[in-house]
Amino acid sequence: MTEPFLVVEDLTVKFPTEDGLVNAVTELSYSVEQGRTLGIVGESGSGKSVSSMAVLGLHDARTARITGSIKVGGQEVVGLGESKLRKLRGREVAMIFQDALAALHPFYKVGSQLAEAYLVHHPSASKRDARRKAIEMLDRVGIPQPDRRVDDFPHQFSGGMRQRAMIAMGLINDPKLLIADEPTTALDVTVQAQILDLLQDLQREFDSAVIIITHDLGVIAEMADDILVMYGGRGVEHGPAKEVLTRPLMPYTWGLLSSVPDVAGDTAAKLVPIPGNPPSLLDPPSGCAFHPRCAHVGKVQGNLCSTTLPRLEPGPSGPGHLTRCHLSDPAAVFETEVLPVIAPDLLEES
Amino acid sequence: MFAYIVKRLLAGLVVLTLVSLSIFLLFWYGPSEPARAMCDSKTSNRCSPEKLEVFTEELGYNNPWASEFGNYVGGIVTGRDITVAGQTTRCEAPCLGLSYSTGKPVWEDMQSRIPATVSIAVGGASLYLLLGVPIGVAASKRRGTVADKTLVSSFLVISSIPYYLFALLVFLYFAVLYELPFVGQPGYTPLTENPAEWFGGLALAWICLGVFGCTAYTRYSRGAMVEALSEDYVRTAKAKGLPQRAVVYKHALRAALVPVVTIFGIDFGTLLAGTIFTEKIFDINGIGLWALNAVGQKDLPIVQATALFAAIALIVSNLVVDLLYSVLDPRVRLS
Repeated sequence: MTEPFLVVEDLTVKFPTEDGLVNAVTELSYSVEQGRTLGIVGESGSGKSVSSMAVLGLHDARTARITGSIKVGGQEVVGLGESKLRKLRGREVAMIFQDALAALHPFYKVGSQLAEAYLVHHPSASKRDARRKAIEMLDRVGIPQPDRRVDDFPHQFSGGMRQRAMIAMGLINDPKLLIADEPTTALDVTVQAQILDLLQDLQREFDSAVIIITHDLGVIAEMADDILVMYGGRGVEHGPAKEVLTRPLMPYTWGLLSSVPDVAGDTAAKLVPIPGNPPSLLDPPSGCAFHPRCAHVGKVQGNLCSTTLPRLEPGPSGPGHLTRCHLSDPAAVFETEVLPVIAPDLLEES
Repeated sequence: MFAYIVKRLLAGLVVLTLVSLSIFLLFWYGPSEPARAMCDSKTSNRCSPEKLEVFTEELGYNNPWASEFGNYVGGIVTGRDITVAGQTTRCEAPCLGLSYSTGKPVWEDMQSRIPATVSIAVGGASLYLLLGVPIGVAASKRRGTVADKTLVSSFLVISSIPYYLFALLVFLYFAVLYELPFVGQPGYTPLTENPAEWFGGLALAWICLGVFGCTAYTRYSRGAMVEALSEDYVRTAKAKGLPQRAVVYKHALRAALVPVVTIFGIDFGTLLAGTIFTEKIFDINGIGLWALNAVGQKDLPIVQATALFAAIALIVSNLVVDLLYSVLDPRVRLS
């Protein structure tokens, strides 16, 4: 098998601030192959956006300290010069952002923003070619009358159309990796479903690798082949989507799954929130970062949870499913104590 | 668009009427004798109570104010004949009356002073932008560095000096003690007469206005740029692979210019309305200096004319700003 298109190894991102060093991402490793979708889940501040922005080298070198390795198509991105990074951005790796209204420039026409993205990587193309390409892409993402809407400003588009335009801009150079950072968070549910369908169709068509970053497990269940769960800047569980959603091994993942509302089932059933707050990135908890909020600390011998950081290693269900937990038999705890409250419709879908 | 402009101009006319009416009434019902200025100048400062009464009658201060205001407004449109001390003067449209101190039609004097003030305003305001915006952009790119902090604090010091003191110091150092190249003796020579002297005479006034005023523009544009650079669409521009130059200028600066242009329009209008200190210190006979002297001499027609000019300058510059705003920001609809 060939090397996956994106290989992240021991990625660590720190931001020095007046209050101290923020450990945004610590020793994160994952990889994505062509044609596959990786879902990265976690709370706000878990490091999911920071790590993916590092893939494009979007962090300001003056404010971020990045170590480890990010290989895009075999090329090392960490420490790469600005001019080489520019060739990567938008061409090899494209990114779609959360709020398309804010992410599109309000003063430029949608079409000219798309054309700009095309022209910067096709310097020999004419403006007319770029415009034709922009119309073609708008058409491809399902915008009606693209030859007319190409001259609209972003504020003349609806929310769903703006996100479609954003996707069109991301795919205009046929990138090998598409990173979608909360692509549907700002949209209502029906539009959300359309956008996800569109992304899936396009992935099949372009055969690109996709990273979808979200806190919405419903989105993950629908889209992802693999799931990486992040907590406090570290990967805490990583494996095939079906495995992670149906046989999660890490108590934090259990918590995430239990806090998804069960729309189809018993509406009187209470959601189970994860107690406490996300960990401080300035002064992370000792041992396992999740231990102050974990209900299962008592099942681990001694005070291992608060003193020793567990390694991210294969769990009982096989080598492809990694977990970062001291529990000796998490599957058994999960089967007997946790399962009943996990949203059933989510599990059926996967 | 056209209807909008017409609407705004009509509203402007209402403002102009109110401005001139209020100044008119101030003289009419104010505590001074409005005809005394004319009386003093015509009698070489030997104005007796009887003579004052004659001038008061001649200038119409014994008639109802409404009909006199009507005459004044009519004169602006059609011109009129004005008789003072038995001597009738033809005052051509736009007739703004005869100066009480010189007896000459106000418009004649005004025509020679407008170019001086416009010259100062255009030059000074250009420097606001030419100095302020690039420095502000440069500072925003180096936000938080020593260079940025030094610049911001030194500009704060400059802008906290009173302007008249700043202008006097500039005059002292660069007109009296040291000579700058291309800078001649301060004063106004019409551009059409001698461009080199026009430039040399105004240069110091421009530098003075520009350096003092650009400090505010540096602050505005630095702030607007810092904000724009942190916008999502700037991150999008970077993620597209655009070169830094395009990210900063095409994407961030374009957005940052909108608030700067708004303030600029109003400042430019204010400059046109008269730069009293600058004209006084650099010996330029413009609208501001004229207004200052006229107030001292209680010369109603000149005060009235300068007030109208100031109001027109502000109305027009505000209108231009609003039109420009709709060009710069496609989300703005004029209605």
